[in-house]
Amino acid sequence: MTPALTVEALSKSYAPGRPPAVDSLSFSIGRGRTLGLLGGNGAGKTTTIAMLLGLLVPSAGRIVALGHDMAADRFAALARMNFSSPYIALPHRLSVEENLRVYGHLYGVPRLAARIAELARDLDLAELLDRPAGQLSAGQKTRVALAKALINRPDLLLLDEPTASLDPDTGDWVRSRLEAYRAETGCAILLASHNMGEVERLCDEVLMLKQGKAVDRGTPAELLARYGRDDLEQVFLDIARGTRVEETVA
Amino acid sequence: MNGASSTRRVWGLVYRHLALYRRSPPRLIELMYWPVLQMVVWGFITAYLAGVQNNVTSAAAGVLLGGVLLWEAALRSQMGFSISFLEEIWSRNLGHIFVSPLRPWELVAGLMTMSVLRTLIAVIPAMALAWFLYGFNILRLGPMLVLFFTALVVMGWAVAMGVTALILRFGAGAEALAWSILFGLTPFAAVFYPVAILPDWLEPVAYALPAAHVFEGMRAALLEDRAEWGHLAAAYGLNVVWLALMALLFRAQFQAARVKGALLNIGE
Repeated sequence: MTPALTVEALSKSYAPGRPPAVDSLSFSIGRGRTLGLLGGNGAGKTTTIAMLLGLLVPSAGRIVALGHDMAADRFAALARMNFSSPYIALPHRLSVEENLRVYGHLYGVPRLAARIAELARDLDLAELLDRPAGQLSAGQKTRVALAKALINRPDLLLLDEPTASLDPDTGDWVRSRLEAYRAETGCAILLASHNMGEVERLCDEVLMLKQGKAVDRGTPAELLARYGRDDLEQVFLDIARGTRVEETVA
Repeated sequence: MNGASSTRRVWGLVYRHLALYRRSPPRLIELMYWPVLQMVVWGFITAYLAGVQNNVTSAAAGVLLGGVLLWEAALRSQMGFSISFLEEIWSRNLGHIFVSPLRPWELVAGLMTMSVLRTLIAVIPAMALAWFLYGFNILRLGPMLVLFFTALVVMGWAVAMGVTALILRFGAGAEALAWSILFGLTPFAAVFYPVAILPDWLEPVAYALPAAHVFEGMRAALLEDRAEWGHLAAAYGLNVVWLALMALLFRAQFQAARVKGALLNIGE
């Protein structure tokens, strides 16, 4: 089966003479699979996600999302993708329902009122629909952001730290919903996160980035075995601090 | 490309702004405030200059008040486009907009639609006030009014696209242009006086602006009851040129922003 996302030798340099923010990165995500993108600050996660979403033009390499080459036909892919990040807000004066309507129209969602009702039920938003998005708590905003990300029933979901700043209970709730959505739809997910427990729970495979390069990859269990560690946080620290010999993965 | 899908995406963007105004009455009041204030001030100036406060409906007074009303159309059109774009930056929503299937030209179409709606909301109360306070009815221009108004709204779009391109290029530092740039063109737009009043070397500058032709046409219509088709054609021709140039600039800056990563932190 064709992967939902294929990335080949993706690179990004912001200026000549400066080290590339992303350096010849290659990976793919199969349908119904979740890939974790891990790395410290400045490792290239945000730059990679921005290129995958068409916000940033790669310096080199190729991205094929849901069968569409992003360089030539990104809008066809974007209609079937979606994205969530706590660092990009939704218009805070609009109510939750108005926000969902806006994105429902932008993504061409059929039977929009029914879809909003369905999301309100699934994500426990019914009582929030009339409230301005700016007046919600962090946990409520995350649920609304997730509803926006699922409004078009995406086949490829990009999540940038979806549970950042959430309490453990709400974070667990969000992870459960993501697992349910993936199981129900076969959606592929790219997850950038600093929460190693979340990565271990959700990801089928993990790609470790450092200074724009992929320095290791594998299933969470494989990485734990390779580094002789008990959890991914220790593996992350080994890689970030260079306490283990790193082998760049092509 | 499916036309219905495209229309729906444009409507999505327009709906987002209409919802904002529905929830923010001060924004709605602000739209009307400046045009109404301008009309009041210029109306009294006109009355003072006319010397007879109860008889300011002379043709000359009409030229001044017509200039105020029509220039507001250009100003509000430009601001309506630029500020609607800035609203996305201020609400830190631009990232979501640009990763949706909304094409750049659909974004422009949505901003143009908002520009027209904002302009009508701003100018209609000022028109009503001009009639109520000073007995000046701009509708007496008849169908020419629609042609003048449309030419100025389109000129506002061209300037706004240039401003938006500069915001994409320079970020928040260029925001002030959204309020100021068209005011700077007022002396050359021949809003309140004929182009012939300008020094010879400035006249070509004025005639490069669609607005100067519109206001020459407006004066001919109000003072001499004559249609200046040549000026009107020049205004529309120049609008095509300016709109095309600014669309190219916008497209180039949008692409440059995608290369440099400016879309990631444009509001900062």
